Amino acid sequence: MVLRVIIVGAGVIGASIAYVFSTIKNVEVIVVEKEPDVCWGVSKANTGIIHPGHEEDPRAHPLRAKLCVEGNKIWREWSSLMNIPFEERGELMIFTTLEERREALKYVEFAKLNNVPGVSLLEGQEVLMLERGVAPSVLGAVYAKTAGIISPFEATITLIENSVANGAKLLVNTEVKRIIIENGEVRGVETNRGIIDGDVVVNAAGLYSDKLAHTAGVELDFKIRPRRGQYIVFERDVEPKPRVILHTTPTPLTKGVYVVTTVHGNLLIGPTAEDLDYDEKENTATTETGLEQLIKEASKIYRIPPRSKVIRFFSGLRPEPPDGNWLIKAYDDPWGLISVAGIRSPGLTAAPAIAYYVKEIVEEVFDLKFEGKEEIKVIKSMERMAEKSYKEIDKLIRQNPDYGEVVCYCNVVSKAEVLEALRRTLEIGAVPTIDGVKFRTTAGFGRCQGSKCRINVAQIISEVTGKPLHAVMWRRSPIGIGDVKVLLRQEI
Amino acid sequence: MKRVSYDVVILGGGPAGLAAATKLAKSGLKVLLIENRKHLGGIPVQCIHTGFGLLYFKRDVAGTEFAQELVDMFLSTEADYMVKAHVTEIREKSHGVYELFAITRSGVCRIESKGLIYAAGARERSIFEIWVTGERPEGVYTAGEAQALMDLYGIMPGRDVVIIGSGDVGLIMARRFAVEGANVKAVVEIMPYPGGLIRNVVWCLQDFNIPLLLSHMVRRIEGRSRVEKVVVCRVDEDLNPIPGSEFELKCDTVIVSAGLRPDVDLLAKLGVELEPTTGGPVVNDLLEASKPRLHVAGNALLINDLVDYAVEQGEWAAEGLLERLNEKEVYKAGIKVKVGEGLRFVVPHYISGLRDVTFYMRAQKPMNDVVLEVDEIGFQVELYKARPAEIIRIKIPVRALARSKEVGTITFNARST
Repeated sequence: MVLRVIIVGAGVIGASIAYVFSTIKNVEVIVVEKEPDVCWGVSKANTGIIHPGHEEDPRAHPLRAKLCVEGNKIWREWSSLMNIPFEERGELMIFTTLEERREALKYVEFAKLNNVPGVSLLEGQEVLMLERGVAPSVLGAVYAKTAGIISPFEATITLIENSVANGAKLLVNTEVKRIIIENGEVRGVETNRGIIDGDVVVNAAGLYSDKLAHTAGVELDFKIRPRRGQYIVFERDVEPKPRVILHTTPTPLTKGVYVVTTVHGNLLIGPTAEDLDYDEKENTATTETGLEQLIKEASKIYRIPPRSKVIRFFSGLRPEPPDGNWLIKAYDDPWGLISVAGIRSPGLTAAPAIAYYVKEIVEEVFDLKFEGKEEIKVIKSMERMAEKSYKEIDKLIRQNPDYGEVVCYCNVVSKAEVLEALRRTLEIGAVPTIDGVKFRTTAGFGRCQGSKCRINVAQIISEVTGKPLHAVMWRRSPIGIGDVKVLLRQEI
Repeated sequence: MKRVSYDVVILGGGPAGLAAATKLAKSGLKVLLIENRKHLGGIPVQCIHTGFGLLYFKRDVAGTEFAQELVDMFLSTEADYMVKAHVTEIREKSHGVYELFAITRSGVCRIESKGLIYAAGARERSIFEIWVTGERPEGVYTAGEAQALMDLYGIMPGRDVVIIGSGDVGLIMARRFAVEGANVKAVVEIMPYPGGLIRNVVWCLQDFNIPLLLSHMVRRIEGRSRVEKVVVCRVDEDLNPIPGSEFELKCDTVIVSAGLRPDVDLLAKLGVELEPTTGGPVVNDLLEASKPRLHVAGNALLINDLVDYAVEQGEWAAEGLLERLNEKEVYKAGIKVKVGEGLRFVVPHYISGLRDVTFYMRAQKPMNDVVLEVDEIGFQVELYKARPAEIIRIKIPVRALARSKEVGTITFNARST
């Protein structure tokens, strides 16, 4: 018997579950995504922290605590297997008042309860010895050695690539309208592109997982509230940049603000924590007050560069469930539906552990024991030319001259890398877009924010897909509204 | 890795770089010009409007024509050039000797040179640098990108357009969009005066009935997928938003023309001294930066409002480099040029007092009946008016400048009479 598993949502949760199921015998995996490409929702815009697990209260949120600690371990295996950019940096939860210090001590206690290794309390100067650039006025910090940083979109994309390589199927531009249930059993999903049959439906629809659950008649009181987090990105060449992950101590009033150097070397500060209305699931606007508040908060613990060094700001939304509790469960009715909903922080960290947990749930529901495939294909994450030595670059160009054609000047991305990104996009069945190339190659993530390279990337997409240049997609819209020189070119 | 060696290398194949390269090649040196785009000619290649060449060619031509003439002049020399070559690093090997690393389709090229002209142009300030918040939908372009889309690639980027910033590129793009049949809703300028040349305000906006909203700012952008509207408000004298003055402009495209900054990342990494007001390097009267035999010209030096000035600087930098190549001793340009009243900057920053110098400067605010004075040398010149949008260019002969040698500084002041 082959079990057909439909996963709704190609964010990091859906991608992790897809990967775990794609390595199992006798399971057919179908990932359904409403956007043209993977990782365009919650998973795209966050701090990219792999948490140690000492911030989770094991009494209030035991599942979150357990899966966070496990996830931290599994990401290390996955990232080294698939070459996903991940670095263990350690983190400092910095306190500046006695009240914050009391709060911070709580996390040292949680660390013990959750069996998080490498957590210790640092006082005063000890913090500065670990990370110069921290404001000298800080009182101390909780240090957690196992904190890491990851590129969340590269992680998600690579997991989907590995899932597809191992037999999973991705359907993009496919929006699930409802879960089909017959006689108390899941039969599949109805989408804008037709009906997909399936035995199991995993609801990993992120911000929309409440609405999807409601179509199956379950969790009618479960409502997800978008919590907006704004971020500011600075240039790569600012000084100083922290080596360790820094954040302020979360208190009941203020959530922690992070100051980190991303895996791509930019200084990033954020997020804010603003609870939006239930229907504001697309409201990723930034606000003047939000950004100002970030700079103010971050400045308490670190020297923040001037505004002229800002290259971008953005917002991400986190799916905040009622009481902060993740909804991960199966149902007797409808049998075959698995909710993986309201996965707020530390969802990115826990994603791999959640995936294995979902596997166990399915085993229990269907009363079977999955067997792993004998041979599992491995697709490595894309490599970046800019990270190589001149000698290596020279060698690459001799093998393929497209490496010698730089299309993104700020981040030194070559045509060969853009072509590889497009090949990989098509390989998983996604739609090539300028944003898709940006997330895969970093072309457009530099200081000019794409004003110089967008057209270069668009030209390559046009060459590869045969679309006219003005119709090449930049996210959901074409870059132009038309072609002003059609007549001149005698193309009609 | 391929290794090559040249007498001089020019970075940037725009007007300043081409002018410098042509001059250096004619003097018999072994010259290499490096350009990272596909074509020579630089930004004027995407400028189909006129207004180029009045000073240099003594006739008014389109940007494309201007670029072609410079390219033809360059191609008639013996100089070598590379296009689609991206320089990632400049190293100083020894005094005045540089090594560049360029990524090209034939491999990484390691280029040694005894002198360098840096003419890599400018970059545009993005929507983030001017702190416009709100959503981030498709349809937000810098003016230069929109211009390239239209006139290099034939793409019409939008139908209903709002332009942020009334610098020359913004004004020219307003007209360009109008000519192609777009509806340009407004040009929004935060300052109480336009950022571009008066002739462009008349020719590009007034002639096309495009509103210019002075003392206004775009506060935020709205739109899920594509831009739907911008929220605009008035600002007070300190450029702060006036509460209650907000209104909406419906549009599908936002063009950001918030000014240019010299593109000097490679110089910054090399440790060249930079100056915050121009954003370019500190130079002497040979346009030589704080590293020996490294001369800078064009928009990499300061943001010019006429391309003719960039060409002039290219030739000047080339002459300066030629002189420095023949000279054994360290060049002494110890007289400091100070920025006095009414001015934002003056370039060059140091002079020798041994030669005529053309000074470029920008006024702090619009002024009428201005006298430009350099007190230390008793130099004075009357200007009818001074506007921040227009560079003040003054050539002072050596006999006047020589007087500054005893004082050690000269201070430029723009005073209203």
